[in-house]
Amino acid sequence: MANNLDALLARARSIREDIVKMTTEAGSGHPSSSMSAAEVVTALYFGGFLKHDPRSPQWPDRDRFILSKGHAAPVLYAALAQSGYFPHDEIMTLRKIDSPVEGHPNMKRLPGVEASTGSLGQGLSIGVGHALAARVDGKSYHTYVMTGDGEIEEGQIWEAAASAAKYQLDNLTLIVDRNHFQQTGPAEEVLNMDPIDGKFTAFGWKTQVINGNDLREVLQALDRANAVKGMPTCIVSLTHKGQGMLNLLRRLGDTNFHGKPLPAQNLNEALAEIAAS
Amino acid sequence: MAGASSGLQSKRELGKATRDAFGRALEALGADHPEVVVVDGDVGNSTRTEWFGKKYPNRFFNVGIAESNLVGVAAGLAASNKTAVIASFAAFITCNAYDQLRMSVAYPGMNVKVVGSHAGISIGEDGASQMGIEDVALMCALPGFVVIVPSDEGSAKAATKAMLEYKGPVYLRCGRPEVPKLYPEGQVPFQIGKANKLRDGKDLTIVANGIMVAMALDAAEALVGEGIEARVLDMHTVKPIDRDALVSAAKETGAMVVAEEHLAHGGLGSVVAYTLAESHPVPIRFVNLLDTFAESGAPDALLKKYGLTAAKIVEAGRSAAGAKKR
Repeated sequence: MANNLDALLARARSIREDIVKMTTEAGSGHPSSSMSAAEVVTALYFGGFLKHDPRSPQWPDRDRFILSKGHAAPVLYAALAQSGYFPHDEIMTLRKIDSPVEGHPNMKRLPGVEASTGSLGQGLSIGVGHALAARVDGKSYHTYVMTGDGEIEEGQIWEAAASAAKYQLDNLTLIVDRNHFQQTGPAEEVLNMDPIDGKFTAFGWKTQVINGNDLREVLQALDRANAVKGMPTCIVSLTHKGQGMLNLLRRLGDTNFHGKPLPAQNLNEALAEIAAS
Repeated sequence: MAGASSGLQSKRELGKATRDAFGRALEALGADHPEVVVVDGDVGNSTRTEWFGKKYPNRFFNVGIAESNLVGVAAGLAASNKTAVIASFAAFITCNAYDQLRMSVAYPGMNVKVVGSHAGISIGEDGASQMGIEDVALMCALPGFVVIVPSDEGSAKAATKAMLEYKGPVYLRCGRPEVPKLYPEGQVPFQIGKANKLRDGKDLTIVANGIMVAMALDAAEALVGEGIEARVLDMHTVKPIDRDALVSAAKETGAMVVAEEHLAHGGLGSVVAYTLAESHPVPIRFVNLLDTFAESGAPDALLKKYGLTAAKIVEAGRSAAGAKKR
């Protein structure tokens, strides 16, 4: 387990490196929103939770991961590229003309992308659809959805939450990447959705609150989610926006750092901080 | 007189409402199409998807009064290889959930069939809030969507089958009232994107869909008395439009009327004008709801007040034919 954990921690660092490299090369994007989710995405793709086959992206029995917070696409692209869905160097074409590695995920163009997202609030409903399809087909695959914490201000999330509870979708797990910031400021100041776990509990979900930047806690939470019967699970994943380069962001005087890439001159400093994390 | 209360002012024999024809067809086709699933927004007894639901309860999901989620759930089902059929009032499914139709269905090209029932003003007394009169424009605007507006029971049934067999997003517009039968039982030529010529003529073409096709035929009969022989095209598919049929009609008849139970902007009239403007421009007149919401009232009275009658088509036809270059 310890060796495996070390390997996964290295993987999370590698994903963070990819995130800052590709967004700095692109000259735009959302590295901080991507980096908060690195442990969860690492655990799913490399910690044994997602049954998937990069050589057969449409394998009907695969587990699904839907990145509803589509602006965090770089964390998904890093995981897909490192899994072998497409050549790793393609991540450096992020946001460039003719590249399928678009600003927000486009399932029609990039293998491994389960949903085209970028208009917030829609991924959980899509996840409910996949989970219902599994039931219709008698399949045992699991569907994971990740939203942001600002994203759950969208009413559709709560429509979806109610419907997932109605159909007792224990094959559905939602991870709320609670990184505490949205575009213009702290999430609880923009529109306070606390208590997030209490709301999902009230909607009929099993809930957990974890430190989502602690890989061990993430692995345990996903294990517990798999064991839940008769209801969907929501993991409120408490994270830091920009985790892995927080010292740099503090020095730059912007711990939200929403929707912008690191300037090229700060890239090495960020990579050094990630390597030391 | 038959049809007096239907709002359709036709002496033709009434058939089922297009929503009923859709519901029965869906129920029947469900047996041979195990991949079809239906998601309902708690209006299944209005849209008639409940008939499918009663027969195939394991493939029917009522997610409540929540159109945004309804569309997203359908998109997820389609992404897992289902043919997802969703139905609600045309006004609610297209307007309430437009971003979801755009982002979760149109953009990834999901195999979702969107059925808007209670379209147009012919729903009557429930009033403007319930009347989908902009739905065709909205759905035509989304890349990749096929948009179908059947005119009668038989064509709605055929359209339902064609829709399920087509791979990709489709919008099917249905209505609430019983409508005149236009096609003989079991003999409905229906191909997506191919207009049906219901009557030939050399002086004018009336292009119509939905409930306006029956009125177009009545108008064509009336125009004979004025020496105008009108062709009538049932343009059941608005997108992709049957460009060949339109260009031939423009060349061969030289004048056109477009009649639809829809607002002026972005409906069939706009599509026809756009198509002909760059290929074979001819005088065109439009019979539609212009740029206004309607109100409560009996269907007949509403259609008359808002200008959706055979008489208005006759007027428009006279004007279009008269504007031709001699």
